[in-house]
Amino acid sequence: MEIPYTSQTRPDTGLYNAKVGIWLFLASEVMLFGALFSAYILLRVGAPPGTWPHGWLNVPLGTLNTLVLITSSITTVLAWVALKEKNFGKFKLFHAITLICALTFVGIKSFEYRDKFMHYEIQLADGQIADGHFESATYMDQTSTNHTEHIEHRFRGISYTSVTPSATNDYSLSSVTIHGHKVQAHMELMKHANHEEMKEVEIPGAAIKSMQNYGPWHNTYTAIYFTLTGLHALHVIGGALVIGYLWLLGGAMWKTDPERFTNRIEVSGLFWHFVDLVWIFLFPVLYLL
Amino acid sequence: MSDHDSHAHETHSIRGYLFVYFALLAGTGFTVWASYIDLGHHWNIVLALVIACVKAFLVATYFMHLISEKKMIYSVLALTAFFFVGLMFLTLYSTHDFPAHTVTH
Repeated sequence: MEIPYTSQTRPDTGLYNAKVGIWLFLASEVMLFGALFSAYILLRVGAPPGTWPHGWLNVPLGTLNTLVLITSSITTVLAWVALKEKNFGKFKLFHAITLICALTFVGIKSFEYRDKFMHYEIQLADGQIADGHFESATYMDQTSTNHTEHIEHRFRGISYTSVTPSATNDYSLSSVTIHGHKVQAHMELMKHANHEEMKEVEIPGAAIKSMQNYGPWHNTYTAIYFTLTGLHALHVIGGALVIGYLWLLGGAMWKTDPERFTNRIEVSGLFWHFVDLVWIFLFPVLYLL
Repeated sequence: MSDHDSHAHETHSIRGYLFVYFALLAGTGFTVWASYIDLGHHWNIVLALVIACVKAFLVATYFMHLISEKKMIYSVLALTAFFFVGLMFLTLYSTHDFPAHTVTH
C-alpha cells in the first residue's frame, strides 16, 4: 500500500504529511528544551551570590562550534535548493559539507568534554584547594613499595583517590601532578581564571583530603551544562545519522520519486535547523554569561 | 511556472540565504564581543538574549521557511509559543519564591 501525501499536498492542510509531522515533533522538542532551560534559570537564580561559575568553558572553541553549525545549516538549505533545481551532484556536494560540519561539531564537543573530565578540584588537608588539569599520578605498590607512574589519565570514578577494586587495588596513591594553581577559598574558582598563573603543581597523596573532577556531579553548573549540551549533542548525532543515510542511500529514491526525496531533505533540514537554533541559545547562556 | 521562472526564483532565494548566513556569522561575532564589555550584569544578559532571539528569528523565518508557510503550521506553533511563554512565566514567577536566607556550607 502506498503511503498517502508523501509528495502531493493534502487538500485540507495544504501540506504534505511529513511536514505536519516534523513540525508537531519540533513543537514537542521546544517544550523539552524549554523545560531544561527553565531548570537552568532556577539553578542559576537560586545559586547563592558568587557561587555560579564564570569562564569555565573555552569561548574560542564554543564560537568555532557555533560557526560550524551555522555553516552546516546553510549548506542544508542549499542542498535542498539544488534538488529543487534538479541538480543531484550539487546536492551531494552541499550535504557532504553538512555532514563534515556535523562531525566537526561532535569532535570539538568531545574535546571539550574530555577537558572537563581531566580537570580536578583537590581539597587539601591544610584547607587550601588545588585546581587544575591532571598531568600524572604515581602509585605505590603496597606489597613491594615500588612506585609506578601513570602519565596517561585513567578515569577511576568520581574520586581519583578511591581506586576501584580492580587491577590497581594493591596500589595506593602517592602523588598527583596537575597543571593549575592553589587557592585559599572555593569562591576564587568561580571567576575567570588567569591562565598565566597556571603551573605544574605536585601534591603528595597524604595531603589530599578529597579529589573530584569537573564531571556532571561536580556542581549544579556542570550538571546542567552536561545535560543541556549532552542532549543537544545527541540531536546532532541523530541528525547526522539521518542526513548520512539520505546522502549515502537516498540516490535510489531520487531516481524513482524525486519529489518525495526532495521533501525528505526538506524535513530532515527542518530538524537540522532546529538543532542549530537550540545551539544559538545554548552558546551565550553557557559560555558567555 | 516555466523552468526559466523557477530557476530565477532559486537564484534569488540563494542570495537571501547567503545574506541570512552572513547575518548569523556577524551576530555570533557581536555576541562574543559584547560579552567582554561590562554593561552591568543584567544588561549583558539582556543584550545576549536579544542577539540570540534575532538569530533564532532569522533561522526560523528564512532557513525553516516560516516566512511563507501554511496556516496549520502557524496554528501548531502558536500553541507551542503559548505553552513555552507560560513555562517561562512560571519559571520567572517562581524565582521570587526562594527563601530569603539561603543556607550555605
